[in-house]
Amino acid sequence: MMRLIFSLFVAGLSRRRLASILSFIAIALGVALGVAVNLVNRSALDAFEHGVRVISGEADMQIIGPRQGFDEALYARVARLDSVEVASPVVDIEAPLADKPGSLRILGLDLLRAARIQPGLSPKLDSTQASESRFAADAVFLSSAAMRELRLEPGQTLRVKVGLAIRDLRVVGTLHGGEDGARFGLMDIAAAQLTLDQLGRLQRIDLRWAEGVAPSQARAQLAGLLPPGLTLVQPEAAAMQAAALSRAYRANLGMLAVVALATGAFLVFASQALSVVRRGAEFALLRALGVSRHMLLTGVLAEGAALGLLGGLAGLALGFLFAGVALRVLGGDLGAGYFSDAPTALSFDWPTSLVFVALGFIAAVAGSAWPARAAVRAAPAPALRSGYQPSVPKLPTRRRLGVGFLLLAFPLAAIPPLGGLPVAGYLAVVCVLVGAIALLPALARRLFAHLPAMQAIVFDLARQRVAGASGQAVIASGGVLASVALAVAMAIMVASFRDSVDAWLDRVLPADLYVRAGRIGQAGGLDAAAQMALERMPGVARVEYVRHEQIRLPGSVLPLSIVARRIPAEGAGALFPMQAEQRVAAGDTPIWISEAAQDLFGWRPGMAIELPFGGVYRSFKVAGVWRDYARQNGAVLIDLAVYRRFNADALATDAALWLAPGASAENVSAELRQRFGAALDIVSAGEIRRSSLALFDRTFAVTYALEACAVLIGLFGIAASFAAAVAARKKEFGMLRHLGLTRGQIGATLACEGALTAGLGVLGGLAAGGLIGVLLVRVINRQSFHWSMDFSIPWLSLLGFSLAMIASAALAARLAGAQAMREGALRAVREDS
Amino acid sequence: MLELIALTKTIGDRNLFSALSLRLEAGGFVAIRGESGTGKSTLLNLIAGLESADGGDVRLNGNSLAGLDDDARTRWRRDHLGFVFQAFHVLPHLTILDNAVLPLRLQGVGSTQARAAAQSMLESVGLGVRGAGWPGELSGGELQRLAIARALVHRPTLVLADEPTGNLDPENAQRILALLAQQVRTQGAMCLMVTHSSQAAAVADRVLTLENGRLCEA
Repeated sequence: MMRLIFSLFVAGLSRRRLASILSFIAIALGVALGVAVNLVNRSALDAFEHGVRVISGEADMQIIGPRQGFDEALYARVARLDSVEVASPVVDIEAPLADKPGSLRILGLDLLRAARIQPGLSPKLDSTQASESRFAADAVFLSSAAMRELRLEPGQTLRVKVGLAIRDLRVVGTLHGGEDGARFGLMDIAAAQLTLDQLGRLQRIDLRWAEGVAPSQARAQLAGLLPPGLTLVQPEAAAMQAAALSRAYRANLGMLAVVALATGAFLVFASQALSVVRRGAEFALLRALGVSRHMLLTGVLAEGAALGLLGGLAGLALGFLFAGVALRVLGGDLGAGYFSDAPTALSFDWPTSLVFVALGFIAAVAGSAWPARAAVRAAPAPALRSGYQPSVPKLPTRRRLGVGFLLLAFPLAAIPPLGGLPVAGYLAVVCVLVGAIALLPALARRLFAHLPAMQAIVFDLARQRVAGASGQAVIASGGVLASVALAVAMAIMVASFRDSVDAWLDRVLPADLYVRAGRIGQAGGLDAAAQMALERMPGVARVEYVRHEQIRLPGSVLPLSIVARRIPAEGAGALFPMQAEQRVAAGDTPIWISEAAQDLFGWRPGMAIELPFGGVYRSFKVAGVWRDYARQNGAVLIDLAVYRRFNADALATDAALWLAPGASAENVSAELRQRFGAALDIVSAGEIRRSSLALFDRTFAVTYALEACAVLIGLFGIAASFAAAVAARKKEFGMLRHLGLTRGQIGATLACEGALTAGLGVLGGLAAGGLIGVLLVRVINRQSFHWSMDFSIPWLSLLGFSLAMIASAALAARLAGAQAMREGALRAVREDS
Repeated sequence: MLELIALTKTIGDRNLFSALSLRLEAGGFVAIRGESGTGKSTLLNLIAGLESADGGDVRLNGNSLAGLDDDARTRWRRDHLGFVFQAFHVLPHLTILDNAVLPLRLQGVGSTQARAAAQSMLESVGLGVRGAGWPGELSGGELQRLAIARALVHRPTLVLADEPTGNLDPENAQRILALLAQQVRTQGAMCLMVTHSSQAAAVADRVLTLENGRLCEA
C-alpha cells in the first residue's frame, strides 16, 4: 500500500515542480536556521564550559567573592579545615593588553598545589627558558589559543596594563590542557600578586573535600568561616552564569527560527491547498476507483511528510554549513558579545538538531493537514463531470475564533517568566498570529468587496478575480501575513530598542571625554594621585569618577554589578533615566537599582536590603529604579563617597571629563596620553556612542538574517500559490487571449493579483506585527533581558518595506505565471480535460 | 444482476427521481438517454455510491448498497464497478500501463500478476505497445481506450459509462463504443451507459429514457 501511495501521491510532487521546490526550500531554510543557531550557541557554551573545566579541574567547590578580590588570610583558615583535602588559592585577573585592543585572562596559581586540583592544566616550560624562571615575577605561560591569537612565542614579551602602569610579562612556556580554544595565561600566584597589583588578595579558592567527608558537612563547616560577600559555588557556576546570561538571547533566536519554520508551514499549506483544489478531478477518480478516504488523507499527508523529511534533512546539512560560516564570521555568540573565547570547532548537538528536523517534518505535515481534510471532504461526483472547473471554496470566517485568540494574548502577556524565559509571552505571540490568520478571510471579504472598479482592464480583472476567489487569496497571503508580522514586530522592537539606547546614551554620556583605567575584574584603576592629576589637567573643567565592581549575593548564580559615582543633590535621576525615585529617610543609605536587579531579585522602591561591602553586610533603602542597558545581570547605583567609606577603596575605574570653554578634546586627549601613556583608554562621548550602537547593530545582524529568511519564504508562498493557480487557469487565459488580451496584459493582471494578495497579507501582517511588536517591547524583551524601552514605530521603514513586499509579490506572481502562459494558452481553450 | 429499487433523490427543491426501479441481468448492456439535467449522471453516482439516495436501494448480485458506510461503498466500487467517463480522467503522472493496472493494485493483486493482466487488457484495446508511454502522448480516442482498459481490467460486475463518447469525433466514437460493447460482453459484465447520442445508444441491448424521474423503454 505504501508503494501505491507513493506512486499515486508522493511521486506527483515532481509534477508540481516549482511549488514543491519552494516548499522544500522553505522547510530546509527554517530547519537550517534553527539548527545553525543551536549549533553555534552549543559550540560557544561547550567551548566556555571546557575552558571552565580546564581552569577549575577537579575542584569540588570554589569560594568566590567580589571581583576586586578578598583578603588572602581566609586561605590559611580554609586550608586548615579537616574537611578540606586541598585548597588552592587563585588570582584571577582580566588584564587589558597594552599593545592591542582587548584583554587576557591571567590566572595566578600555586603551581605545585594546583597540580592536585587542576592536573590537566600543567605548565610546560619552554626548553629555551631556565628552570627557575617558572616562578619568576614576570613569567607567564600561555594557552595555545592565547599564543595563537596574540601571535606570541616562548621568549617573547606580553605587555599588559595594570592600573596606570604597563607591565612586561615574559612568555616562558605553554599550557597543556588549554589547547581547545580557552584563551588565558598562567602565572605563579606570588608572581601574579606582585606583578598584577594583587598583593594580599585572592579572587578565588578552589577546594577538594577530604575523602569520606560528606559535602553537606564540609559546606556547613566552611559557611561559618566565610565573611559576607563571599560565597561557596560549584565550579560549573561560571558556565551556568554564561548560559543564564545568554539563554534569553539564544531562546529568542530559536523562536525566530521557529517562526521562519512556521512561515514554511504556511507555504506548504498554500501550495498543498491549491494543489488539492486543482487535483479535485484526479482525487474524485481515485475515489471512484476505490481509494478510501483514509488512503486519500494518508496520501496527501504523505506528500507533506515527504517534503518535510527531505526539507528537514537538507536543512540539517545546510544548518551545519550555516553554523560553520556564522561561527567564523560572527563568533560563538553570533555578534551579541556574551563569550570572549571563540569556539574553534562546531559541537554537533545531534538531539537538538534532530528536534529541528522533526519540527520541519511536523510543520510540513501540519501544513498539509487542512488540504488533506479538504480533499477527503470534497464530493467526488461533481468533479467527475465533464467541464468541471476546480475552484477554491470560500474559506469560513472565524471571527469569534480570531478575536478569541487575540484576546487570549492579553492575560498571557501578564504572566511572569518561567525559568527566566518569557514562555507565556511567546504563547501570546502565537495567539496573535493564529488570531490574525483566523480573521484573514473576513478581512479579505471586506477588503476586496470594497475595492473600487477601475478603468484599467488589467487591474479590474485582477480585482474581480481576487474578490471572486478570496479563498485562494487568503491561502496565498497566510504566509505573507506571518512573515510580515514577524518583520514588522522585529522592526518595531529594534527601532524602540535603538531609539531608547540612543536616548539613554545621551543621558549617561554628558561629559566630553571619558577615560578608563580598568574594567570590572581588571587590575588596578585611577588612584588618588592620578585623580588629582586629571583634575589639574589644563583644559579640564570638571571630573566625575566611577568605580565599577561586582559582588556576590548568596544563592545567586549571577554577580551583581555595583556602579559607584557621585550622586548630585537633585538625585540619581539626573544621571540615569529613573522611575519611582523617592527620597529616603535621614539615616538611611540610598541605593538605586537597575530594572534587571528589580526583576531578578524582586527588590522594589522603598524596600530595605542588605549588600555585602568590605566584608560586612550594610543596610540600604531602594530609592529608585533606573534604566540600564549596559548590564543584564542587575546593577546597583551607589554614591561614590558611601562606597569608598564601606570599602576603603579609593580607586576609580572610569572618569568623565568636562572640558573648559575653548579647550579642544584632541589637545586634552594628547596631554592625557602624554601624562599617562597607553595605560589609559581615552574616548569621546561620540566614540562611545558610535561603538555602542555598532555593537547594538551587530547583535541584531543575525535577527535581520532570520527575518529576511522568513520574508523570503513568505514571497515563495506567493510564487508557489500563483504557480499552482496559473497552471489551473490555462483555459481562462486562453479565453482572454481569444478575446484580445495580450500576453503582457495577462502578465500584468497576474502581477496585480499578486500585489492585491500580498496587500491583504501585508495589511494583516502590519496589524498583527504591531501587536506582536508591543508584546516584544513590553513583555518578551523585558522578561528576557530586563530592559524596558520606549515604544517607537519606524513608519517610513515600514511603509517602504510594505511597498517592497507588495512589489516583490507582484513580480513573483508574474514570474510564476510566465511559464504557464508560455505553454500555448490559446490552445488550452480547445483542449478537452 | 443489478437492481434499482424505488430510488428517490431530491436535489434542493427539485425531485429528480421518485420510486425509480430497474433490473439489469448479467451480460446486459443498457443505454440511458435523456435531456440535460434529468439526472442521468446522478443516477450513475447513486449506483456507484458516490452520492446517497434519499430512499430506495441499489442491489448488485443481491448485495445491498443501502446502509453501507463510506468505506464499504469504497470497497463496493473497488471490487464490483468499472468506470468510463466523458473526460477520460486518467492520471497524468502515471504511465499508460500504471493507469491501467491501478484497479488491480487497489484490490491488492500482486504487482507481477496485475501488470500482466493490465498489459493483456491494453493489448485487447489496441494499446499493447504503448504501455510504457504517458497519457499526454495519447489522442482523445486512445485515452478513452485506456479508460476502457482500466474499467475492465479487474473484471467488474458492472461498468458505468457516463457519456463515454462525448469528447470524441463521430468516427472515434463509433470505434470506442464497439470496443466497449465487445469488451463488456467478452467479460460477461453488465454495462449501464448514459448518453445523449442515439448513435451511441444503438450499441446497447436495451435503451431507456430518463424523463420526469422515471425510466421508460425508448
